[in-house]
Amino acid sequence: MLDVSGLTTRYGAISALRDVSLHVDAGEVVGLIGPNGAGKTTLLGSIAGLLPPSEGTVTLDGTDVTAAPPERLLRSGLALVPEHRRIFVDLTVEENLKIGGVTVPAGERSALLDDVAEQFPVLRKKWTTSAGYLSGGEAQQLAIARALMSKPRVLMMDEPSLGLAPVLVDVVFELIDSLRDGGTTMLIVEQNATRMLEVADRAYVLRSGEIVTEGTGAELSERDDLFDTFVGGGSS
Amino acid sequence: MTELIQNLIDGLGRGSIYALLALGVAVIFGVMHLLNFAHGELITVSGYVSFWAIDSGWSWWLVAPTIVVVSILTSLLIERIAFSRVRGAGDFTLLLTSFGVHFVVSAIFLLYVSASVKNFSRPGWVANTYSVGSLNIEVFDTIVIVVTLVTLWGTSQLLQRTMFGLSLRAAAADFDTARLMGVRSNSVIRGAFALSGLLAGIAGVFWLMRAGNTQPSAGIDPMLKGVLAALIGGLGSLQGAVLGGFALGLAEVLLRSWLPDGIASLTEGVVFLLIALLFIFRPSGLVSVQHAERV
Repeated sequence: MLDVSGLTTRYGAISALRDVSLHVDAGEVVGLIGPNGAGKTTLLGSIAGLLPPSEGTVTLDGTDVTAAPPERLLRSGLALVPEHRRIFVDLTVEENLKIGGVTVPAGERSALLDDVAEQFPVLRKKWTTSAGYLSGGEAQQLAIARALMSKPRVLMMDEPSLGLAPVLVDVVFELIDSLRDGGTTMLIVEQNATRMLEVADRAYVLRSGEIVTEGTGAELSERDDLFDTFVGGGSS
Repeated sequence: MTELIQNLIDGLGRGSIYALLALGVAVIFGVMHLLNFAHGELITVSGYVSFWAIDSGWSWWLVAPTIVVVSILTSLLIERIAFSRVRGAGDFTLLLTSFGVHFVVSAIFLLYVSASVKNFSRPGWVANTYSVGSLNIEVFDTIVIVVTLVTLWGTSQLLQRTMFGLSLRAAAADFDTARLMGVRSNSVIRGAFALSGLLAGIAGVFWLMRAGNTQPSAGIDPMLKGVLAALIGGLGSLQGAVLGGFALGLAEVLLRSWLPDGIASLTEGVVFLLIALLFIFRPSGLVSVQHAERV
């Protein structure tokens, strides 16, 4: 469904990504793990239209969407839950969700809002609250629910468990699990490699801007040589 | 006491126009971080259109809506010709661009029309007053205040209850994330310029009715009022801009009546002095924008 081929992104003279290729098939949950500074956020940003790549292509269901602006990508079915969530703190929970569904016709949007209220009881309780007052865990749920409002074909997430207490990390991964059961295709960047590999069908390991290895969740969990990836130390 | 109330009404009348101008400036600032020093040119252009229309025999009933339409179209044209080309540039570049637009528009009228002031007749009722008890109130002030309150209410409804308004607010809060949601940059920026043009148009109708003339440099005064009022109110807050506008209007009128006769002509100077003091003690303006944050 999502095909990334030979992606290279530069910040001036520095190559943040070098010849990165990956693919995500329909219904899969694919993880992207690696140490800090490996370029995981840059990779999602390059796919999502925030950072234009210097070389390479991104294809969604056969359509070339390389360097397409974010608003066009969203309409093609690619949604991103950004790093640090980036919820609109001055808007209410409901307004955040509404803007997530801005590309959806009004009638359908109301129906989607009802669905979200049902699926995310935590958010339903805070429906008219200013989003800035949400706790970290609630904010993460809002960010994910907001991305779902656009009915994405591929949902990308950047570090969904970042900054959350262990109990809340469980909630996030349970959410990812149930989304997968519902058939949502996902590409997820995660620092928490161990948990990610438990829930992912496949995963890629990114280090210093390059894909160094890939495999199923199970295969990669066995690999001792990826220890520093799991511990999440600095880039090698 | 009577004099105080009359001054208050007069101040609110002026302040209403300033509030509309300030709001127009604030809307664009919110979305693009651009302080639009060309905002007053919308009134310059409207002024010349009014001059030609009235010269051709149009009644003000026709001229007023024409001013609003011209203002919106001019605003969109300026966005297309000047600002769209520097989209994404630094704040300083945007600022310079808006100054550039201001100079170019003034120059166009200077070169292709003339440097002289063009007078046009005001509607007959502009000078009328009516009495309420011992108060002598200007019809003009009353209408300005009422129309402004209705406009402010309408704008608030637009921003709070429509998807367009929601998109504007989201874009003002976090432009990149709004784009991630699918909000189109073009739509939101053009929408902001259109709204700004609408507000300037309504303000322009009353400004021109009161002035009765136009000239190439006509845009400077309304621009200054709008930008100052928006700054006083606190950039980043729409309510602040409106508050700043009313505050500026009231300050002007009250000061002029309180200052001893000798220095009454220095009212403007005193107003600037007060604004400077305000910024020394409260740099972020009257309304400081605070974001909800969970501690």
